[in-house]
Amino acid sequence: MKMTETYPQDKARTAPEAGAAVVNAEVLLQLQELQKNYGHVQILAGVDFEICRGEFVCVVGPSGSGKTTLLKCMAGLLEPSGGQTVFEGQQVTEPPAKLAVVFQDYSRSLLPWMTVWQNVELPMKNKFAKAERPARIESVLEAVGLGGKGSLYPWQMSGGMQQRAAIARGLAYQPDVLLMDEPFAAVDAQTRIELEDLVLRVRQEFDMTVVFVTHDIDEAVYLADRVVVLSGAPTTVSRNIAVDLPQPRNQRDTKLLPEYARLRAEVFELIQSAKSHATIR
Amino acid sequence: MSTPGTTRRSTERGAGTRLFLLRAWLPAGLLAAWWLASAASTSLYFPPLQTILETLRQDWLGPGFAEHLLPSIGKFLAGFLIASLAGIGLGLIIGMYPALRAAAEPIIQFLRSLPPPVLLPLGLLLFGIGPSMNIAIIVFGAVWPTLLNTIDGVRSLDPQLTEMTRSYRLTRAQKIRYVILPNAGPQIFAGLRTTLQMSIILIVVSEMVASTNGIGYYVLNSQQTFAVPQTWAGTLVLGLLGYLANLIFIRLERYVLRWQAGLLATTGSGA
Repeated sequence: MKMTETYPQDKARTAPEAGAAVVNAEVLLQLQELQKNYGHVQILAGVDFEICRGEFVCVVGPSGSGKTTLLKCMAGLLEPSGGQTVFEGQQVTEPPAKLAVVFQDYSRSLLPWMTVWQNVELPMKNKFAKAERPARIESVLEAVGLGGKGSLYPWQMSGGMQQRAAIARGLAYQPDVLLMDEPFAAVDAQTRIELEDLVLRVRQEFDMTVVFVTHDIDEAVYLADRVVVLSGAPTTVSRNIAVDLPQPRNQRDTKLLPEYARLRAEVFELIQSAKSHATIR
Repeated sequence: MSTPGTTRRSTERGAGTRLFLLRAWLPAGLLAAWWLASAASTSLYFPPLQTILETLRQDWLGPGFAEHLLPSIGKFLAGFLIASLAGIGLGLIIGMYPALRAAAEPIIQFLRSLPPPVLLPLGLLLFGIGPSMNIAIIVFGAVWPTLLNTIDGVRSLDPQLTEMTRSYRLTRAQKIRYVILPNAGPQIFAGLRTTLQMSIILIVVSEMVASTNGIGYYVLNSQQTFAVPQTWAGTLVLGLLGYLANLIFIRLERYVLRWQAGLLATTGSGA
């Protein structure tokens, strides 16, 4: 069931290509009234949004708003208590083959007994013939700035390089959508800036749909075509905000735009009010 | 990368020589002292070291090599390998299924509490005298450390790695081969080391009571026939055998777990 639908006004979005507004787009991923309880505690209270092919969506929310829980439900790693995730027309009951996750803690998601090359190759084994793999691994390592570094072990690299390797592994898997769970939370500020631009670049290069979960408002506005702001727990979507900043973005100029400042303030206010309304647990 | 690599290797070789000298001077000195102190000995129980080494050369490099040494090594290796594979295999299965683990735990704890020598009479009854009894004693006596450590190592898998393997849809075989077993590697090897030591003890003990050849048989037999230099020589051979087995094992462990040494070195220095 591939659906095409017109976006309502409040869900207006921007295509990856500079400024070209898309009215009709293929919906890739749908969250329908997604709920999740842990025992008696309700974390997700009916989260509802859609992601179109080619879109870069950032999901922001106050800490404790169940962002990771939401991502795991989207990835098929966690069974929702109610509602469903629909990916490419299919209800998600297990991790879909055309979806890859980049986890927050790279040091716990790369395998220390394998080189970077082997780490990237591992998920490819079920998808690509042996002969196809080397060229593809080469190209993704090149794309994330790890060209020629495939023979290193993760523990021989800095945190930023490890997260690049984890991104390369996601890309090499050739998913239709890349889910990223606060991927830069553990790296220093300068590395984070580099990695943000890296993600924008590879997204363009590999024509990827990206769902990027973060608590960082600046990061969300800078990266996204659309920001989905979550309320505090129990969590719902508090607003969809289209980010109409010109592409390609760059750290200096984009962040000087008045529109950037306005969007940032809008998201900031929403998060602040979500925090004050959140049920204290 | 190649230049610092070769420099490092050559300094490593220099350090290796130094380490060898550092380790060798005491045993060499003790041997020399033994040689000198026992040279004029006429005691039946403490024959001169020269006599012992003479016997060792005659017996163990001569007919004893094929009659006693090879069978012992063969049985020891067979027992150790079967115990290792059984320990890792069963540990993997038990570790992966919590329900199985809950059921197996009390049985394992009971069986491993049996002191291995107590198995000798039963082993004799069931297998009689011969290699299969010797091997069976090793397997039943020495499997436990590897089994328990493997179960623990399999359980210790980081939940995030489990999620990674699920999200990338690795097959069960891939998950075992590339994730679970390497992750449990350090613990498995710690278990194997104890299994190895117990295997050496058990091959000797079982040969003493239930064999017509092998080092254990040779040592006990020589003692009972008052062939004292033979008793000494056999004991020395056993010591050397254990030492050598341990040395080879450590080499293997270092090679298989080379990633862990690097990981510890980097996290340890905070780099």
